[in-house]
This record gives sequence, C-alpha cells and structure tokens, in this order.
Amino acid sequence: MEKIFIQGNEAVGEAALAAGCHAFFGYPITPQNETFEWFAQKFPKMGRTFVQAQSEVGAINMVYGAAATGKRVITSTSGPGWGLMQEGIANLCAGELPCVIALVQRGGTPGAPSVQHAQADYLSATRGGGGSGYRNIVLAPASVQETYDLVQLAFYLADKYRNPVILLSDALIGHLMEPLELRTLNFDSLPEKEWAVRGKGKQNDKKRRYVTFAAVVQGREPYPTMMSFAKHWYDKVEKMKSEVRAEMTQQDDCKLWIVAYGYTSRVSKEAVNEACAQGLGVGFIRPITLWPFPEKAISEAIEKGAKKFLVVEDNIEGQMVEDVNAAVQGKADVHHLGLFARHLPTPAGMILPHRISEEINRLLQKGDK
Amino acid sequence: MIQKVLVSGNPRLWNRNVGRYPYCPGCQHPLMERLLAEAIDELGIEDRAIGVTGVGCHARLCMPLDIDVVQVIHGRAADAATGIKHALDGEPIVFTIQGDGDCASIGSEGFLGACHRCERISIFMLNNTNYGTTGGQMGPTTLMGQKTTSTPEGRTPSHGYPLHVPELVATMRGVCYAARGALTTPAQYQQTRKFIKKALQKQMDDLGMTFVEVLVACPANWRMKPVDSLKWIQEEVIKEFPLGEIKDVDKT
Repeated sequence: MEKIFIQGNEAVGEAALAAGCHAFFGYPITPQNETFEWFAQKFPKMGRTFVQAQSEVGAINMVYGAAATGKRVITSTSGPGWGLMQEGIANLCAGELPCVIALVQRGGTPGAPSVQHAQADYLSATRGGGGSGYRNIVLAPASVQETYDLVQLAFYLADKYRNPVILLSDALIGHLMEPLELRTLNFDSLPEKEWAVRGKGKQNDKKRRYVTFAAVVQGREPYPTMMSFAKHWYDKVEKMKSEVRAEMTQQDDCKLWIVAYGYTSRVSKEAVNEACAQGLGVGFIRPITLWPFPEKAISEAIEKGAKKFLVVEDNIEGQMVEDVNAAVQGKADVHHLGLFARHLPTPAGMILPHRISEEINRLLQKGDK
Repeated sequence: MIQKVLVSGNPRLWNRNVGRYPYCPGCQHPLMERLLAEAIDELGIEDRAIGVTGVGCHARLCMPLDIDVVQVIHGRAADAATGIKHALDGEPIVFTIQGDGDCASIGSEGFLGACHRCERISIFMLNNTNYGTTGGQMGPTTLMGQKTTSTPEGRTPSHGYPLHVPELVATMRGVCYAARGALTTPAQYQQTRKFIKKALQKQMDDLGMTFVEVLVACPANWRMKPVDSLKWIQEEVIKEFPLGEIKDVDKT
C-alpha cells in the first residue's frame, strides 16, 4: 500500500478524492488554508470543481447548490468562517442535502483571540448555530490517517442520511505531518440520488425535480405536509444516533478516566500510558463521534468503578464537559483541564503530557486511589 | 421570416396546477412566470434549464414551471446557482429569480461576487420597490418620497437613495448583458421578453453573467388599485429606473 508523508489539512483533500468528491467551494482562512490550496491546485487539473467564493456565506450556499445536483461536495473553514456558515448549514439539513464540512478549529474565544490552535468550537459544532433546530454527525480525528479515513466515512454518512457531516479537526491535527496510507475505504452501496436536479432531460423519468429547504412547500414529495417532514426528520435523527463511535481502554478498576478528542487526546494518551506504567489505574475514552456523543462508553466506565472523569480539552470553560456531565448523570465527579494548563501563556502554548500527569496525581491523591 | 408568437392559451411549460400559490390582485409576478415559460420553450432549453429562487413572493415563481428547480434561503440564489453550474460542469442553463431585496440588499454580497467572478448564470431581479412578502417595508429600490411601512413619512436622503442595479453591474467586466424592462403595456412586455431571451441566449453562448431587472407592480403594498399602480410605474418608477439595455457586449 502506497504511503505518503503529508499533513492533516492536505489529507482532507486526498480523502475527498478517494471518496469521489467532485467539487470544493471555500474561502481562505487560517488554519485551514492548506486544505483550500490543495483543492485549488489539484481539482481543476482533474476536471473537478474548485471555486474561491466571495465569503464563507457564499461558499456554504454554493455547497447547497452543488449538493442539490447530487454530486459529492466539500468545504472547509475555521472558527469565524464556521460562524458565517451556520445559516447555510441549517438549510442544508432542512433541504436534506448531503455534504462534508471540515472545521479546523483555532483560537478566537473571548480572552484568547488567536489564529493559532484551540478546541473552542465543540459546542458550536455539536449543537449548531443556525436557526430552527437540526443535527449533524460530527467526526473528530486524532491523526493524519484518521483524518483521511473519517473524511471518507463522512461522505458515506452524508449520503446515507442525506445530511451534512462535520469533520472537527484542529490546527495541530491539521498541521501535523505523518505517514498516510492511501487506502480507499469500502462502504455499503447507497441508493441512486433520484431526487437531485440535473436538468429535466437527464432524469430517467424525464420529470422535473424540486429541491427546497421549505418543508411546507406544496408538492415537495414525499412530504405532503410540514408534520410528515417533521416526523421523517425525527426518525432520521434517531437513526443517526446509531452511528456513535469511540475509542476506549479496556482495563478494570480505574477510579479515574480521561476523556479527550483531537490533539488533546494524543497528549492525554501519553499521560495515561505513563500513569499505567506506574501502576496507577487510569482509563481513557476518546469520542470519535462528538455528536452522537458516546454516552454508553461513559456509563460503561462508571459500571467499571469510575469515580472521577477528567476532560482534557484546550478551551477556557470546558465544552465537551457538558456532554460528559450529561452522560455521568451525577454518578461521578467531572473535572476539566483546559487552556489555563498550557505550558506557555501565549497562543502557541499547549497542554503537554506532564501537566496532565500532574492533574492525574492530584486527582488520585484527593480521595479515591 | 415570420416569428411565431403565442397570443392566447397557456405556455406549454406553465403548469398552473403545480404547487401554485395565489398572488395578490394586480400582482405582476404571474406575467413573469409566463414570460419565462415562453422564453425557455422558445429557446428549446427545458431539458437543461435549472431555476433557482430565493425567498420572497418571487420564490413561488418557479413552481409552475415544468423544469428542475432549487429553492434556497433569502439572498443566496446567486451562490446556489454558482454551485449548480459548476457542479454540473457548465452544462445546464441556470437562472435565478430574485426580488430587489433578495438580490440587491441581503443578497448583494453573493450577487456581486457572482458578477465579479463572471459566473455563467442569468439573474432576473423583480423590482417592486418594496418588501412585498413581509408587508411593504422599504427596499433598496424604494423611490424617494415613497411611503412604506418602515418609511411612514416617505423615503428621505437619511434612508439613502434608490439602487440602480443594472447600471451598477454594467460596470463589471464579468457581466456581459444588463437590461431593465417593465410589463405595463404589451410593447413593454414584448421588450422585456426580448431582454430575457437575450440574457439566456448569451448564457448559452458562454459569454458571462447576464442580468435583467423587471419593474413589477405591487398594488397591495402600494395601497393602490391595480390600474393605478401600472400608471404609477409609467409616470414615476420609470422616471427613476429608465427602461432599455444598459450593457450588451455584442454591441460594443
């Protein structure tokens, strides 16, 4: 199998190619520029589409149009651009249009304005910022290879559920260079997109198609009323919840469990391995889907005797902490190690393994060992 | 050569039973429906025409047209049309129907971006000098002195001035055709029909972005009788927004 040395942001492009993606629409923003430039340099030469939009608002609505044609389509962005895309994403959901959106997180939260790294968009990515209530599957890679694999999975899930799928990366995973095995993943076959617009002449039945985000529009088959679409949407969200994925260590007798995704999961794993080498029982959960959140992994840890959870995510107040708290249901203590634990008080500061080890020792000394 | 003109009956591509919403009495949007149905039929592009609508009264306009249609959120029709045109490798003939607010106010960013990038799409902007769907507020094309629900004393310089959209986009190299028509007389109807066909033809010839503004009556929100609203267009609106071709690359 061919291996190349490549960074996470470029792996997004390689994966899109492997998944048969036809079009990219985007706008320059740090720290996702390598993705944007990969498409600019590769796609036009392959007879595929690359368009530099006038803004992220434009990009996401170009995605809407392109997705309506049934072609596989992707865009990528970072925090502020993600903010601009919210309205469009809500309506991609309402229009049931499949697409993939890579969100490479950066700083920019109040108090830490920065184009450098952070994990500040968890809540925005998992809850969504557009109107009217909707859900997206959110996949969080922790390596270049996983970025490559999850983007392919994202295209499959988007088509399977006719819904946008978010890849939540961060500046460190995006800029990390690692060997990548170019393995094209095989998924179950999907039905023809007979709903897509192509021009009436290209439809098998020569009948017109009408793609809209407005469920109440008369004649939007197969939903005769708003309520019938609402019921369909509800059922779809229930089915999407079955796509939950997580990595979890399998040792028993761990009083303390670390929960982390993205770059902090890489760092946390090192601290966990060190603790285990010292004979301290520390468990580790890495959610791969952030929505649906792997609540069962948390309750399994509690069944195995977890008394404390430490959520390591590089932001100010803790965002994934909310989902961990909801899953813990008051049966254990939940702690957060975040931005204030960085090794430097600058935007370039990181949460390093020794700092997590310190926190592990502190939490194990206080009470349960 | 004798040109065949349909003088009675409904155009072939105009299915009035499909998803049709009632318009207000005296509204001129159905005329635009008819014009488009005729133009698409006469150009022989029904198999590859894709209509894109925004949000507003004009969003109903593509429903009875027997072609593929995509409806997008308020102001984003030019962006979606761009996505469709590129994703299908330039094959379809893509046009948008937008109101003055949808195109030139909330949608100005996407609209000007598309002009600027020389997207091979056609934009048809219906100008009724107000926001019709929401009850008649000031739009970007509201005339000076015109009373709306958000300019109860009439539009004054403190609200800014009416926007001349075809004149604006005519300055951009990506735009190959810009024109303004109206529908208050049979002669104007035929002239507007010529503009629309020309705009679509130039897209078929892959020349660049084409833009046509059409002045339409909104009697309900203008608080006028339908006949009076046509008179008002003839006497006042056309004075501010003169009819004709503002740019045609084939003529320069």
